[in-house]
Amino acid sequence: MKATVLVRLKTEVLDPQGDAVRRALEKLGFQGVRGVRVGKLIEIEIDEAHENAPDLAVRLQKMADEMLANPVIEDYEVKL
Amino acid sequence: MRACVVVFPGSNADREMIHTLRDICGTPTVVSWHSDTELPAGTDLVAIPGGFSYGDYLRCGALARVSPIVGALRAHAARGGYMLGVCNGFQILTEIGLLPGALTRNLHMRFECGDRHVKVGAVGPFTRDLGKVWRLPIAHGDGRYQATESVLKKLQDDDNIALRYCTKSGDVTDEANPNGSLGGIAGIYSGPKRNVLGLMPHPERMSESVLGGVDGRELFTNLLAAG
Repeated sequence: MKATVLVRLKTEVLDPQGDAVRRALEKLGFQGVRGVRVGKLIEIEIDEAHENAPDLAVRLQKMADEMLANPVIEDYEVKL
Repeated sequence: MRACVVVFPGSNADREMIHTLRDICGTPTVVSWHSDTELPAGTDLVAIPGGFSYGDYLRCGALARVSPIVGALRAHAARGGYMLGVCNGFQILTEIGLLPGALTRNLHMRFECGDRHVKVGAVGPFTRDLGKVWRLPIAHGDGRYQATESVLKKLQDDDNIALRYCTKSGDVTDEANPNGSLGGIAGIYSGPKRNVLGLMPHPERMSESVLGGVDGRELFTNLLAAG
C-alpha cells in the first residue's frame, strides 16, 4: 500500500523556482501560463502489517508535521 | 571558553571554523560528530558549521533533526549555553526549532557567493556594538529568511534581529539584500540570554588578514569577552 504526501509552499510564500519555470515555459512558446508553483510529492510504502492499523492516518500526519513538511513555509495533504 | 564544533555528514565549513576558534582565537576546541549523544563536558560554545548536511535532501538542514546529537544541542541551548550556527548551521537551527522562521531558496534563484556588508541590529554576546558594519562572505543558495508576521514582530519586539544586510555605509536597502530575506535579515538571536545565534554569512572565513579581512573575528572575540 502506498500513501502520498503532497507538500506545497503556502500560498503567501513566494516561489522563485516556480516563477523561473513559468518564464522558461514562456520562452518555449507556451502561452497563457499565468503562474507555476513547484511542490513535492512524497510516496510512502506502507508495510503490509501496518496497512490496517487504526492510527495509520494519524501517523502519516505526524510524519508530515515532524519531517516531511516545514509548517513555517509549507502546507501538506496526505492521501491514503 | 571551550568550544565544540559539531560536524554532520556533508558539513564542509568545519575546518575553517575549527581553525578560527582554535588557532586565531586561541579557544580550546574539540570536534563532535553528529552521532555523538553528548557534548564534551565543559562545552561553553557549540558551533554548527556550514555545508550541505545530508545533501540538502528534503529541505536544507531538515534531516539533521534526527541526528543523535540534537538532544544535547537542545539541552545546551535551553540552559543558556552559547550556540552559533553559520549558513547550513543556521538552517539546521531553524529546522530543529532552536531559531524561529525558515531559510528558503534565494529570491533570484542564484547561488550567491561573495563579500556582503551586514549591520549589527541587536546587542548580544556575539554582537557588541549596535550599528557596527561588517564585511563578511556569503555562499548560499537557500538563505532567504522567511517568517510569519507574528514571528517577525516577536523578533523585533524581543530585539533579536542580530544582523541585516546593508550597504558599505550601513544602509539597509533592497539592493544590499542578496537573497530577498525578509527585512534584509542575515542573522537572528534566540534563547534565554540571546545565547543562540544563526547567520548566513561566514565570519570564520573573514577572520585573518590573509583571507582579506578580520571583521568576522570580532564576532568571536565579542563572545570571548562576554565569557
